[in-house]
Amino acid sequence: MHHVLVTEKVTKCYLPGQPPAVKEVDLTLGQGEILSIVGPNGAGKSTLVQMMLGLLLPDSGMVRLFGHDVSKERRRIAHRINYASTDLSLPYSLTVRENLLTYALIYNMKNPRERVARLLSTLGLESFAERKVGALSTGQVARMGIAKALVNDPEILFLDEPTATLDPEVSGQLRHLLGTMVRERGMALLYTSHNMREVERFSDRIVLMRAGEIAAEGTAADLMQRYGTEDLEELFLLLAGREEVAVE
Amino acid sequence: MSDSPPPVSLFAWRPLLGILYRQVVLYRRSLPRWMEIFYWPLLDLLVWGFLTLYLKKIPSFLPSAVVSLLGALLLWDMLYRAQQGISVMFLEEIWSRNLIHLLVAPVTPYHIVFGAILSSFGKVLLSSAVAATLAYFLFSFKIFSLGLDLIFFVGALLAMGWALGIMTTAVILRFGQEAEVLAWGVIFLFQPFSAVFNPVGVLPPLAAAISRVVPASYVFEGMRSLLTGGTLPVRDLLMAYLLDGVYMAGAIFLYSRVIARARRRGFHLKLGS
Repeated sequence: MHHVLVTEKVTKCYLPGQPPAVKEVDLTLGQGEILSIVGPNGAGKSTLVQMMLGLLLPDSGMVRLFGHDVSKERRRIAHRINYASTDLSLPYSLTVRENLLTYALIYNMKNPRERVARLLSTLGLESFAERKVGALSTGQVARMGIAKALVNDPEILFLDEPTATLDPEVSGQLRHLLGTMVRERGMALLYTSHNMREVERFSDRIVLMRAGEIAAEGTAADLMQRYGTEDLEELFLLLAGREEVAVE
Repeated sequence: MSDSPPPVSLFAWRPLLGILYRQVVLYRRSLPRWMEIFYWPLLDLLVWGFLTLYLKKIPSFLPSAVVSLLGALLLWDMLYRAQQGISVMFLEEIWSRNLIHLLVAPVTPYHIVFGAILSSFGKVLLSSAVAATLAYFLFSFKIFSLGLDLIFFVGALLAMGWALGIMTTAVILRFGQEAEVLAWGVIFLFQPFSAVFNPVGVLPPLAAAISRVVPASYVFEGMRSLLTGGTLPVRDLLMAYLLDGVYMAGAIFLYSRVIARARRRGFHLKLGS
């Protein structure tokens, strides 16, 4: 498998003397692969993703996207990736269409209006395309965020808890859409989630983080078999909560 | 997957258009924003305009001094808006939790600032045009009596305002929203030393010394000189632009340092969340 993302011994410590937020993480993401990163709050998931996006520099180690060191060459790869997070939003006074058009322009897309029209249709956002962001529900804002993250047809899509605020039906539709994009376009998808059922059904591979390190890695079936658990939720509780479990 | 597209050029026009498009849309339908552009200049103009009407009636008061007050007011407003345009646009990115989207996008932090400069230039032009028109019809004051020299004065003031705006943005980025009051207040720190309504000559020695390193002081001195029948003080104007260059270099240095530090420490990732 062709690896579009590689982290090599990535470490990040925010304050001297404190334990590192991320410690010597080695990870790969292949083209057309769906990788989930799970772990309890404070496990280092967000810090790791922020380093992958070039928003944060590692203290040591390296993040490579498409072979380029993100710390030094972010501009060379920024147009090939995108990101959505439930922590983020878009300007409240603009409509959904205007926000997407803004980002279609910022990502230097040709025919930006047509691009936005297609996205609105694909994501089923047409009915509130002319509504201001400030008037949207939390779930609608999340869908708009994902539309923004798809505006440049990214080769790697980073999603931070994309379905946390969506109802089960819309979550399912979104997973179907993303799955199609991964299969048809070879897009790589890296996402974080606390929804273990979703992770189990949707991911090709799962990385479980604890205290800044990778505690376990593999397919859902592998992991459950290895730790003798019934489901991922049980595995999560086992690995996230118990210090005595050996890090794989 | 199609062949990988080339990186977005630093000089690509669409990303900049995207940043400007958003500002245009924000203003197109927001009455409070339009009021913000016109409300304060109008109120200032009325207060100072009425004062000039009163001062004109005092026999011992120099007519040129009265005229200078309105000229100073219009130029000061341009400086204020240039600075505020940059800082407030950045704050809006934080308030709307949009800053990280921009930092992930294929634009540099310098694109964001350049977009803010262009946007603030448009707002300054609009606001100043309205204020100058009102000053003419309400108080018979013609700012264009300064002739083409006005362009040089305005250029020096805008450069100072933008430099201060970039510095303020850097401080907000570093210290977070607690520092957002600077977006509205920092320019007033310079006002006493900018010789806006009074010549540098009347300032106490220390204040006069400080004013010598404030570009705006040379502009306002020059404006008074022109309005009282003097010639364009080329030497003073060159000094203003030289100081502007120093301010801008300092602002870009500070902004770059803060961006680099933010990527190491991650404090920008908490802004607005």
